[in-house]
Amino acid sequence: MAVPTATASHKPGMIRPGVPLQRFRHRSGWWVPYAFLIPAVLFELLVQIVPILVGIWMSTVKLTEYFIADWQAAPFAGIDNYKVSLDFHGAVGASLLNSFAISCAYAVLVVGFSWILGMAGATALQRSFRGRSLIRTVFLVPYAIPVYAGIIAWKFILQKDTGALNHLLGDNLHLFASSDKPFWLIGGNAFVSIVLVATWPMWPFAFLMLMAGLQSIPEELYEASLVDGARPFRQWRSITLPMLEPVNRVLVLVMFLWVFNDFNTPFILFGGAEPPSADLISFHIYSSSFVTLNFGLGSAMSVLLVLFLLLVTGTYLLILSRRSRHA
Amino acid sequence: MRETTGSKVFRVIVIVVLGVYSLFPIYVMVTSALKPLRDVQEDFTWWPSQLTIQPFIEMWSTVPLAEYFLNSVIVSTSATVLSVVVAIFASFAVSRYRFRGRSAFTTTVLATQMFPGILFLLPLYLIFVNIDHTFGVQLDGTRTGLIITYLTFSLPFAIWMLAGYLDNIPRELDEAARMDGASAIGTLFRVILPVAKPGVAAVAVYCFMTSWGEVLFASVLTTQSSRTLAIGLGEYATENNVYWNQIMAASLIVSVPVVVGFLILQRTFVAGLAAGSVK
Repeated sequence: MAVPTATASHKPGMIRPGVPLQRFRHRSGWWVPYAFLIPAVLFELLVQIVPILVGIWMSTVKLTEYFIADWQAAPFAGIDNYKVSLDFHGAVGASLLNSFAISCAYAVLVVGFSWILGMAGATALQRSFRGRSLIRTVFLVPYAIPVYAGIIAWKFILQKDTGALNHLLGDNLHLFASSDKPFWLIGGNAFVSIVLVATWPMWPFAFLMLMAGLQSIPEELYEASLVDGARPFRQWRSITLPMLEPVNRVLVLVMFLWVFNDFNTPFILFGGAEPPSADLISFHIYSSSFVTLNFGLGSAMSVLLVLFLLLVTGTYLLILSRRSRHA
Repeated sequence: MRETTGSKVFRVIVIVVLGVYSLFPIYVMVTSALKPLRDVQEDFTWWPSQLTIQPFIEMWSTVPLAEYFLNSVIVSTSATVLSVVVAIFASFAVSRYRFRGRSAFTTTVLATQMFPGILFLLPLYLIFVNIDHTFGVQLDGTRTGLIITYLTFSLPFAIWMLAGYLDNIPRELDEAARMDGASAIGTLFRVILPVAKPGVAAVAVYCFMTSWGEVLFASVLTTQSSRTLAIGLGEYATENNVYWNQIMAASLIVSVPVVVGFLILQRTFVAGLAAGSVK
C-alpha cells in the first residue's frame, strides 16, 4: 500500500492525529504556520477571492459594452440586474428560469448515472481476478483523457451524416432508414447527447472515489456475513453501501457542484450555438455576458447561481448531519 | 471465499457495458485518425478504406499545433510545479499546526470551488489588465497569467488531498527531527517529504491534468501567441471543411502525455484520494 504508516498512528500510547501538539510549544514561533500559508493565500486572493468580490460588485452596476473600457465608472444599478434576472414574465427572466430547469435535470441525470455506473464498476472490481488491473485502467481512460479531446471525439460520433452513432443505429442495426438519420446535436436529441457525453468522463471519477472507499472496508465483514448466509446482493446492501456512506456524501456533492457549473461540455459540443433543449446555465450566463455584452446582468445571474448552490449545499449538509445524529 | 454464479454474471455484464462505453470514442478516434480525408466526409465506416498516417503529418501544418503544444507544455508544467510547492507548504501548516484562522482558511479555500468560473472570468481579466497598466507586468494574454490562474485552480483540491496524506504520516517522525534540532523547513523537506512522495506525485498529476484540460479561461486569457491546445484544437474546423481525421489525430497526440502519466500513477492517485476522503 502506498500509505505505509496509516495504521501506525493508531497504536496505543502513540500520538494521534488531531491533537494540538505544537500549540504554545514555541510561543515565539507562532508565525510559522502563517508563513507557510502566505503563498497559497496570495494566489487565492489574486485569482479567486478578489475577482469573486469584483464579480459581486459588477452585479450591482450597469456594466454594458459602453462602459467596459472604463469599467470602474459604470453607473450604479442597485438591484436592477437582479430584478431583470428574476422577472420571470420578462424575456430575460423566463429564459433564465428555463435554463435553470434544464441544468437541474442535467445535473441530476449526470450525477445519477455517474454514481450508478461508478458503483457498478467498483463493486464488479472489488474482488481480485485475472486482468483486473487492465480493466481498471480501461475504465479510467475517459477520466484521464483531456476533457476537450473526449468531447471532440463525441462530437464527431454524434454528427448526423458522418457520425458513428447514426451509422451504428441506422446502417448496422436498422433502427431507422439510412436516409432518415436524426440530428443529435440540434433539437430535442441534443439533451440526450449532452447527458451521454458529460457522463462519460464523470463516472470514472465516481468509480475512482468508490474504489478508494472500498479499500477501507475490512474483508472480515464479508466473511462473517457469508457465515450468516448472506447472498452477494444482501452483502452489498448491508455492508458495502453503509460503509461507503462517508465517501458518497462528499462524492455526490462534489459531482453535483461540478456538473451544475459545467461549461466545457456545452461549449465544445455545440461550438457556441446551443440548442434550446440543452441550454445549460453556465453557458447561458456566458452568452448573456459575452454575446450581448451586458456584464452586469451576467454577474447578477452568476451570483444567483452561487446563492442557489450555497442553499443546496447547506440543506444537503444539514440533512446529512441530522440524519447521522439520529442514527 | 467462493464466488456465486450471480456475481460472476454481474461482473461480466458490468465489464462489457462499461468497457464498450469507455472505449467506443477511443476506437473512433484511433481509426478515424488513420483515415484519408474522404472517408470522414462520407458515411462513417468502422475501418479506414485505406490506412494512412497522413493526418498525423498534415495536422502540424493545418493549424500551428506545435506552437500550441509548446504553450500547453510550458503552462501546465510551470503551473504544476508551482502549485505543488505552494500546496506542500500550505498542507504542512494545515496538517501539523493548530493556529487561529486554520479552519477559516480551509473552509474558504474549499468554498471557492463552489463559484462558477463564469462569475470571476471577466473580473480576473480586468484585474490583469489593470495590473498591466499600473505595474507594467503583462498578465493578460500571456502564459504567465495563465500559469498563475491554473496553479490557483489546482490549489484547493491539492491542499485538501495532500493534507489528508500528511495526516497519515506519524508525528513522531517530525518530533524526532525537531529533537535533533531541525527547523520547521528542515523537518518538512528532509523528513516529511521523502515519506510523502507518492502523495505529492498524485497531486502533481491532478494539477497537470487540470491545467492541460482547462478551456473557459484559456478562451479569454490567451492571444494567438499564447494559445493552448484546449482552444487550438477548435481551429481544425474551417468554414468549408472539417478535417475530422486530423482533429482525431491531434486529439490522440494531446491525450497521450496526460493519459500515460495518469495511468502510471493511478495507484498512488487512488491511495491519495483514499487518504483524503476517509477523514
